[in-house]
This record gives sequence, C-alpha cells and structure tokens, in this order.
Amino acid sequence: MSATPALPDAAPGEPQAFALPARKRRPLIAIILFLALAAVPLVVSLGLPAHWLTLVTRAMIFAIAALSLDLILGVGGLVSFGHAAFIGIGAYVTGIMITEGRTEALLILPVIFVLCGLFAAVTGAVSLRTKGVAFIMITLAFGQMAFFLAQALSAYGGDDGLTLSDRSTLLGFKPFASRTSFYYVVLAALAGCYLLISVIVASRFGRILRAARENATRVTVTGFDVSRIRLIAYVISGMIAGLSGFLLANQTEFVSPAYMSWARSGELIFMVVLGGVGSLHGAIIGALAFLFAEDALSRLTEHWKVIFGPMIVLFVLFTRGGLVGIIGRLGRRHD
Amino acid sequence: MTEPVLSLSGVRKSFGALKVTDGVSLDVAAGELHALIGPNGAGKTTLVHQISGMLRPDAGSIHFRGSDITGFSPERRSRAGLARTFQITSTIPSLSVLENVALGVQARGPSPLALLRHAASDESLNGPARAAIEAVGLAERADVLAGWLSHGEKRALEIAMALTLEPAAILLDEPLAGVGREEGERLIALLKSLKGRYAMLLVEHDMEAVFALADRVTVLVYGRVIASGDPASVRADPAVREAYLGEEG
Repeated sequence: MSATPALPDAAPGEPQAFALPARKRRPLIAIILFLALAAVPLVVSLGLPAHWLTLVTRAMIFAIAALSLDLILGVGGLVSFGHAAFIGIGAYVTGIMITEGRTEALLILPVIFVLCGLFAAVTGAVSLRTKGVAFIMITLAFGQMAFFLAQALSAYGGDDGLTLSDRSTLLGFKPFASRTSFYYVVLAALAGCYLLISVIVASRFGRILRAARENATRVTVTGFDVSRIRLIAYVISGMIAGLSGFLLANQTEFVSPAYMSWARSGELIFMVVLGGVGSLHGAIIGALAFLFAEDALSRLTEHWKVIFGPMIVLFVLFTRGGLVGIIGRLGRRHD
Repeated sequence: MTEPVLSLSGVRKSFGALKVTDGVSLDVAAGELHALIGPNGAGKTTLVHQISGMLRPDAGSIHFRGSDITGFSPERRSRAGLARTFQITSTIPSLSVLENVALGVQARGPSPLALLRHAASDESLNGPARAAIEAVGLAERADVLAGWLSHGEKRALEIAMALTLEPAAILLDEPLAGVGREEGERLIALLKSLKGRYAMLLVEHDMEAVFALADRVTVLVYGRVIASGDPASVRADPAVREAYLGEEG
C-alpha cells in the first residue's frame, strides 16, 4: 500500500486492512468520474473556455495509456519504463498511413494493434526474463530503441516530426474532425478500455496476474507459467497504449519522436502512481490531475517544470495509495 | 511390490564445494506417508526444492508416476499431480482464503486463463475450493484475507491449496514449524485424515509428530541418507541416535 509501485515478488507487507471497502467503493467513483467527463462539453457550451475541451480530451487520451500501464504495473507488478513506445508506434502508424492517403480508422487500428502486439511480444519475451530494476532498465532500453528508430525515419520527418495532412475517418464519416464529436469518441474509447481492463482484472486470468505480483512462486507451484501470463498482459497493455497513440496523433495532427521519449514513459508511471496503483480508475484520475497540473503551472511561468518536479517528489513521499487513497480516506471519515 | 508414486535415485546437488544432496535415493508408495527427518542443515528443504522442480539436481533422476520428471519445470510437475507446501508459508495475502484455494481449482480445470470470465462469482471454481477448505477445517474463515490468518491457519490453507490440485503426491515442507501446540495438534489430526489417500513426503522437525504419522522414516544427515525404515527401527538405530535423536534428548 505504499506510493511506490510494487516490484515483482514484493514482501506481503502490512495486511491490507482497507482492501475490501475500497473494492466496493470502486464502481461508484468510476461512475461519478465518467458522468463528470460526459458533462464537460455541456459545461463548455455554457461558458467554460473552449480550451478545456482540448485539455480534457488530451488528458483522456493519456488516461487510456495510463490505464493500460496500470494493468501491467499496478495489477501485474511490472514497472515498465518503455510504455511510451506503444503510444509512439500508434501515433506513427496513424501519421504514416494518413500521409500515404489511408485515413480509414478501421484500416489503421488493426495495423496498430498488430504492430504494438508484436513489439510487446518480442520485447516482453526478452524483458520478462528479468525482474525488478533489470526489468525497468530493459524496458527503458527498448523504449529508447523505438525513439531512435522514429528519429531515423527521415521520409516521415525524422527528428522534426510529421505533420498530418488530415485526421482519420471512420467508414467515410468524420467523427474525429469536430472538437466535440472527437471528445466523445475519446471518452467512449476510454470507457471501453476501462470496462475491458476491469473485466480482465476480475477474470480468471486477472486473478492469476494479481496473485503472481504478490507471490510468483506460489502461482508457479500451483501449475501456472508466470512468464507467459505476464507476457499476455504485456501484449494486451501495449495494444491498448497503441490506441491512445492513434487518438493522440488525431488530436495534435502531428507526430514526433518525443511521443516515445523515456521522459514520457516516466510521466505515464507518475500518472499511475499519482492516481493510485492498481485501482484502474486511479490511473484515469492520475492522468487528469497530471495534465491539469501541467496546464495550470505552464500558464504561471515558463519554468513550470522547476515547480512540477519537486511537487512530484513531495507527492510520492507524502501520500499513500495516490489520489484514490486520499479519496478513500476522506470517504471513510464520513462513514 | 507395486511401483512407487515418487522415486528418487542417486540425486546429487552441490553449491560450490558443499554437497547439499549427496546421492539420495528414496521412494514414496501410493498412500504412504514417508517422513524425512534430519538435523538443521541436513539438506531437507533443498531436496524438496529438487523434487518440486525449483532446483535442478546435478545428477540422478526423479521419477513420478512412472515418468522421468527430472527436467520438468515446477508448473509442469504441479500439473502432473505433484503438489507441495512451503516451510515458510506461501499464500497470496491480499486474496481471500476461498480465492487462494480457487487458484488450484482453476489450474486443474478447463480454460484456466480465460480472459473475460468473471472469477469471483464462478461456482465451478468456488465449489471445489469450498470442499477443500472444509476438508482442512477452515470453512468459517473462507472469506478472510489470507494475510490475516494465524500461522497454523496459513499452514492449513496451504494444504487445502495442495488438495485442489488433485495431487497423486504431496510434499510437506515442515508443516508444523512455528505453529503453536494447539494448532499443531489440529494439523497433525488433519494430516492423519489425509493419510492413505495421497502419497506424502513429510519433512518435519517435530519428532512426536513424525513418529505418530509416518509409515516410513528416512534420516538425512549432511545430504546423505543414514537410515531408512519403519519408525520403530529408525528410532532404535544407533547411528540415528548419535546423529540426531541424541541431541533432541
């Protein structure tokens, strides 16, 4: 229950006294969260600056990536430091296919899922041979490989990135074109990913994945191949992060190697930790809070990172269980 | 004589210059409770690790139900019907007792890794799990998180987890270690109730328990078998008395 992400085979630690109430509270927080997100365009139409719609859309796109990371980091206990690579692959596939005149989402998305799945399968098969810090370093190395590969793509902008001539289309329609309809597309994608990952976590597979985080030896002697289970989770996670790359490219109409820099991977980890590791809706809250804070601070001063950095450090030091943990504690006080 | 369920022949393992397992041969017949005793550092747990596949022997072979499993991974041995418990209890602390035991049911049943099938409400998992929990006397604690159990209850939970694997043999690595007297007696009664149904290899320090339970006793000292036979003759063996029983008084 500490704020730092659990490493594989972490000691059981203190008994999880609050695990059961938190489990019951979870659907309620998620429902409130999604209702609030659904109401944002309405509030904007009533007079909130339109900038908010863009900001929340962007935050939800990163929430999808953070959610996918929470599946392997929070549920599976695998701290991947190369997760931005999947966003990058998703974004680059989108950018390149649109540049080549293929705007149909139903054409782009399968390519993204296959490539992200393959990249996850190959890099995962190697990284999952290691544990703890070695795992972090290997995923970081693979992430950097993807970054340098993108830099070398001179036909598609190389270091400067690639500006998209158009957004994607869906069966001839343009749901990604207007700001409000794109907002709802992203919200629907986020809700879909949340439901999918929740179902996976509650499934037989998810139970084994969680159990292996706490005690891989026990899961092994029970007859499960722990590496295989983790690899499956890693592949699913990578594919979902690829989806967020697709949406990000459509929102910004631009892709660049910076999308998969190691700093971006670190930000994703922080979003998950900020929200509360392993709770799923915590990853969404974490991503929203991260992007809001980034936005607010960057308006105050151009040196906002000087403030943001220490804030992150203090937050990790002084909170337990992230924002979801704080919400949970406030909730209990009123019980 | 029928073929033993589990049989070790000439198993050797060294860590550097230290021979932890020095040519051990032993077998466990169907329904037999075979106790493995020996002073601290005799290499009992190392031997159990080799049988369960967590360590690979340097030489020798391990046969289980007629096939050579020496090269099998731990999960494959488990699926073949060889279950084990740990000296330091090994459960999933944040899962309930029922969920812990259901892991084993899941491992044995069809589609053990179904991605979208809700696990907690699945009666095909919970039903057999409850039966195993009842068999070890934890029925009232089924919904408690495993991390909250007493030490003895965790031991019983581990045994329930082993039972759900429908094992042909169970390796019990010091199931009584660190357990209080009352709980210890309950565990001994539990092991007695399982006797005859499974081939069991019991590694244990508690002499009273060993002589109360075992059909056969093997004594391991410095990685080597110094005596093996029925409890009475092992107790009488002068080499054993000197090496081991003597120090226990």
